[in-house]
Parts: sequence; structure tokens; C-alpha cells
Amino acid sequence: MNYIPNILFAIALILGIGYFSKNVKKLIRNIKLGHAVDASDNSSQRWKNVINIALGQSKMVRRPISGLLHIIVYVGFIIINIEVVEIIIDGLFGTHRIGLQVLPTSVYGFLIGAFEILACLVFITVVVFWCRRNVLKLARFWKSEMTSWPKNDGNYILYFEMVLMTLFIVMNATDTAFQDLNSGNIVSQYISPLFSGVSEATRHGIERGAWWLHILGILVFLNYLYFSKHLHILLAFPNVYYGGLKPQGAFNNIEAVTNEVKLMMDPDADPFAAAPEGEDDAVPAKFGVSDVIDLNRIQLLNAYTCTECGRCTSECPANQTGKKLSPRKIMMDTRDRLEAVGKNIDANNGTFKDDGKQLLDDYITKEELWACTSCNACVEACPVSINPLSIILDMRRYLVMEQSAAPVELNTMMTNIENNGAPWPYNQMDRLNWKDE
Amino acid sequence: MSESLKVPTMAEYMAEGKQPEVLFWVGCAGSFDDRAKKITKAFVKLLHKANVDFAVLGTEESCTGDPAKRAGNEFLFQMQAVTNIEVLNAYDVKKIVTACPHCFNTIANEYPELGGTYEVMHHTQFLKTLLSEGRLTIEGGQYKGKRITFHDPCYLGRANGIYEAPRDLIHKLEAELVEMKNCKRNGLCCGAGGAQMFKDAEPGDKEVNIERTEQALEVQPEIVAAGCPFCNTMLTDGMKAKEKENVQIMDIAELIANAQDL
Repeated sequence: MNYIPNILFAIALILGIGYFSKNVKKLIRNIKLGHAVDASDNSSQRWKNVINIALGQSKMVRRPISGLLHIIVYVGFIIINIEVVEIIIDGLFGTHRIGLQVLPTSVYGFLIGAFEILACLVFITVVVFWCRRNVLKLARFWKSEMTSWPKNDGNYILYFEMVLMTLFIVMNATDTAFQDLNSGNIVSQYISPLFSGVSEATRHGIERGAWWLHILGILVFLNYLYFSKHLHILLAFPNVYYGGLKPQGAFNNIEAVTNEVKLMMDPDADPFAAAPEGEDDAVPAKFGVSDVIDLNRIQLLNAYTCTECGRCTSECPANQTGKKLSPRKIMMDTRDRLEAVGKNIDANNGTFKDDGKQLLDDYITKEELWACTSCNACVEACPVSINPLSIILDMRRYLVMEQSAAPVELNTMMTNIENNGAPWPYNQMDRLNWKDE
Repeated sequence: MSESLKVPTMAEYMAEGKQPEVLFWVGCAGSFDDRAKKITKAFVKLLHKANVDFAVLGTEESCTGDPAKRAGNEFLFQMQAVTNIEVLNAYDVKKIVTACPHCFNTIANEYPELGGTYEVMHHTQFLKTLLSEGRLTIEGGQYKGKRITFHDPCYLGRANGIYEAPRDLIHKLEAELVEMKNCKRNGLCCGAGGAQMFKDAEPGDKEVNIERTEQALEVQPEIVAAGCPFCNTMLTDGMKAKEKENVQIMDIAELIANAQDL
């Protein structure tokens, strides 16, 4: 017997999954460059969010057209991938349609029929998606950050899916034995006649070719994920799990600041006391964020999860009125910088070598940061619980507390609060004057 | 206006050894901004009308720290927070009502971790409670049948999920409530949040408050109702810029007080 195809298949599978695993490890390593954050609270609510928001797509359908189209691709993707199980078994053991040997013909036919219908729907939907991007030119896909790679990435994903779905249908259409069963060939029976003019051997060759290209395509696509915005198909689930649970208006209080403030307010505190044991060499905490390693792990996971749909940016009041701020760009810049830091570490034997760059200024400018109204529209809009606002706030904290680089009017406002307890220069002793005016 | 309102302070209550039902947190805008002071007074009149035992901190109140925090100055925010919490806890305050969503959000969501846990209500929620308890009645009066749209303040709506209390009150006025295309969780910011109130906007092709004003004008309201002194300022400026000063920007408390000629 000829085992060469089985061996080639096993090699392809090992290479495909192996390289993907290597990149997943890199991804986890990069996320762990951020500081740990405790999200062990309220796991029941977190699982509920995963079920409703991630699995149930509840926030996707707030925009009904793109939401419903997305559900077709999402459901199609998950269900059609059941077929991959059969492909892998067939590939490894040299069987052909193992499903037919273990399942009754009617059940197998039902499954493949469902896959064919879904493949057809996915193909149509993906064409619609392509038209929305490239023909209708929806504004959110043509913002200034959506040039070169981000723009091409979006289209490449759609082409990938078109090709994979086509190969699946062609594979079924040219499988003479499967067509003769006349069970499950709901879509492919109409494609099959296109190949009636060719010899049985050629048809078998096309079937084998489509089969191989289909599974190799899936493996290539799997490995494409790490480099693409399409990573959301995996990361949306953990990202939603770790998403915020407090009211959106609640911004975190920095604990290091709380400790300082408590010390200042404590009449019994000894300002000359020696630092507690072991704290002598401790580097004082940096306030706020100037580079990706200052962010927390959830914020970094957010960056890898972002699929650049632009719902956040299209809801952002600053962006709508022509300011440079785009919450999507905040997430894209964070991921780009994190990738650059990761590559730097890989190139320097596991340690980061200063490259003279940082997230602030080299990626995200002050002008973008100061344009935010903290209105939470971006947070509300994100279908997978990404929070661009938390990164904006943390970077403002760095600008103000480490660099004293607030816009001058804000410095005036803050000086007023410090001096007289109000953002305007009114005396605190006049606070109740209104009752007699 | 030169009428004097009876506004007791916490210090006065304490001197008498009494505790008010609720502390009215006036906020900086409500204390100092000429437009917002009218909202403060309208709300006080309603509190009197409903015989609510309330007090203010008066000169002991200080900025919650909201604009400092959102500008990135966590130190200043926490100094303000801790100072305010000391005062509030010294008076053993349990329940706070405020007409400012920024004060509301900060005290309700950011003070507890720093040692200040209170029941905090936005004035629209509080008025709705008074209504359902039968302590306050609302009549349409001059607003009956008027076309009113409500602008959701970000820090009341999206930030804290309070969308219905202000709308319920507008319905009680027997007014015609019309919704803008962006409302409730999709509400567009007025442009003042995140400390933007205190600085010029970054370069762009429009001011945020103009965009929001245009959205309001699309539904042709006679009145734009607001629930935040900062939104009120931004939208009033917007109407001036659009030369539509015939469209009034009114706080919900003012609408209810005016309807009863208080």
C-alpha cells in the first residue's frame, strides 16, 4: 500500500499546528509583559457574559445588518469545521469519508447537506462583506488608520473564506461516489454537472486537489490568525470573560496613590521612618502608562482581540467631529507596539533592548489622548468588551503625573481645585452664596 | 432673583443633634455657575414642596475630583476624595442626592474603595421616588403637550445605566417626549466630559456640542431637557451658535418646579 499521502498529511498537520502553537506561546508571553490584574471576582457573571456577548453575539446585533451577516459566518464557521474532524481522520488513516462508515447514510447526508447550505450562505455573506468594504465603502472601513496592512488584512480574510467554501463545494461536487448517494449533496448536485464533460480520472484528480487545498488552506488560515485582526475568533471569548463588570463610569483608583494619600492624611505617620525591610531597592511605581509594558494584561489582551470593525470609532464624538482620536487606532497602536516589543525580545535573547521608542508619542500622540471626552461610547459599542478608554486614561495619567504635561487650561483647572476646591477660581467660603442670590 | 431660600447645612443639623433624611450634594457647577444655580434652586424648591428633611455641606463641600481624575491627575482626585469622605463620614451621611451626574458617578462608584460608601441618587431618581411615595405631585402646567427631547448625560446614562427616571418625569409633565436619533446607550456626548469643559477642543471640523445640538434640532423640540449642568451649558452654547435660542435647554428639576409655578 502507498502510505505517502498519509505521511505527507501528518507532516502538514504537525507543521501547521506546531507553528500555530509556537505563535500562541509568543502571544501569551507578550500578554504577560503587562502587569497582572485580579479578575477572579464574580465568575458567574463573567461566564454569563461569555454566553450572551461572545457566544450569543448580543452586542453584534445592535447593528442588525452587519450583526446578522456576522452570525451567518460565525455559525457557518463553527459548524462547517465539524467536517474538519472527518478530513483529519481520512487524511491520517487513508480512509475516504469515514463518516459514511460510522453513521447511517441519512445522518451523514443530513450533516453534509447542512454544511453545504452553510458554506453557500457563508460565501454569499462574505461577498456582501467584501462589497461593504470595497464597493459601498462604509465610512468606518475607510478611516485614516485603515490603510495598507489593516485594509488588505480585511480583504485577505474574505478571500480566504471564499476560496475555502468554494473548495468544499467543489470537493463534494467532484466526488462521484458521494454524488451517487444522492444524500447531502444539496448544493453540490448543481455544481456537479459542470464537471460532467471530464473523464472519471480527471474528476477524481480535481476532487483530491480540492480536498488537499481545502485542508492545507485551513492550516494556512489557522497560522494567518496570529498576524491578523482575525485573531478575534479565538480571543473574543477570553476577552469577554475578562471584560469590565463595574458600571462604565467607574474608573479604577490607583492603589499606589491611595497609599501615598493615606500616609499624607495620617497624623501618626512618621515621615522620617525607614522604609520597611526589602523596600530599599524597590523601584518606585510609575504612574500611568507610557509604553505597553505599563499596561495590564487585560488591556493587552484587548489589543490582540480587536478585529478593527470600527464600531467604537464611528460612535466616538471626537472622531465624528473630525478630531484625530480614533479608539480603534488606540487598540491597533497598542498591538503594533506590543508586537514590536515582542520581536525585540526575540531578537535579543529574551531581554528587551531599548529601541528609543514607546507607545506614547511614537504611536499614540498627545493630541489624540486629549481629545477624549471619556463618554464611554467606544466601550459601549465594542461587541467583544474591549475598553479603549482605560488605555487613554492611563496614558493621560502618565502625561499629568510623570510629565506634568497637561494642556495649560487643565493645569489652571487643577490648580483651582487644589487651592479652592472648585475647577473655577471661586472661594470655597462662597459655596453657599447662591441661596441668597 | 433676590429671594432667600431656606437651605440648612449639615453643621446646623449637627448642632441641633439631628440627622437629615438626605444630603443634597450641590457640586461646583450648582454652587458657582449662574445657569446651574437656577437648577440648584429649582431642586431645593421641590425638596421643600415635598417636605424633605435635607441639608447641604455648604462651605464644607469641595470638588469631588471628577475633572482631575479624568484629566489624569489621580493624586489630586484622591486628595479631594479622601477629604470629602472625611467630612461625609464625620456627619455620618448615609444618603446623598445630587443634580450633577459627574458628582453622582464619582461618589457612587469611585468613593467606596476609598472609604466612602453611601446610597447615592441622581436628582431625577430621587424626584421619581418622591413621586411614587406620594410626597410630590407633578402636573404638566405650562409644559403640557410641549415637544421635549431628553439629552442623556454620559455619566448618568451609559456610565450608570440610568435612562428611565428622567424620561418618566417628562411623561408626568404630560409633555410629548421625542427621542433623538442617538439616545439612551447610544446617546452622543455634549462634549464637556473627561475635563473637556475646561479646555479648548483639539483641532477638528466641528465642536461636539454643535453636533449634538444639530441632532436635537432634527427632532424639532420646543425644549431640550437635560440632567447635567455641564450638558446644559454645552447645549445652551450650541443653540446660541445655531441661532436657535427659542429652543430652551432646561433641567428636569426646573421643568417640574416651573410647571407648578414654584
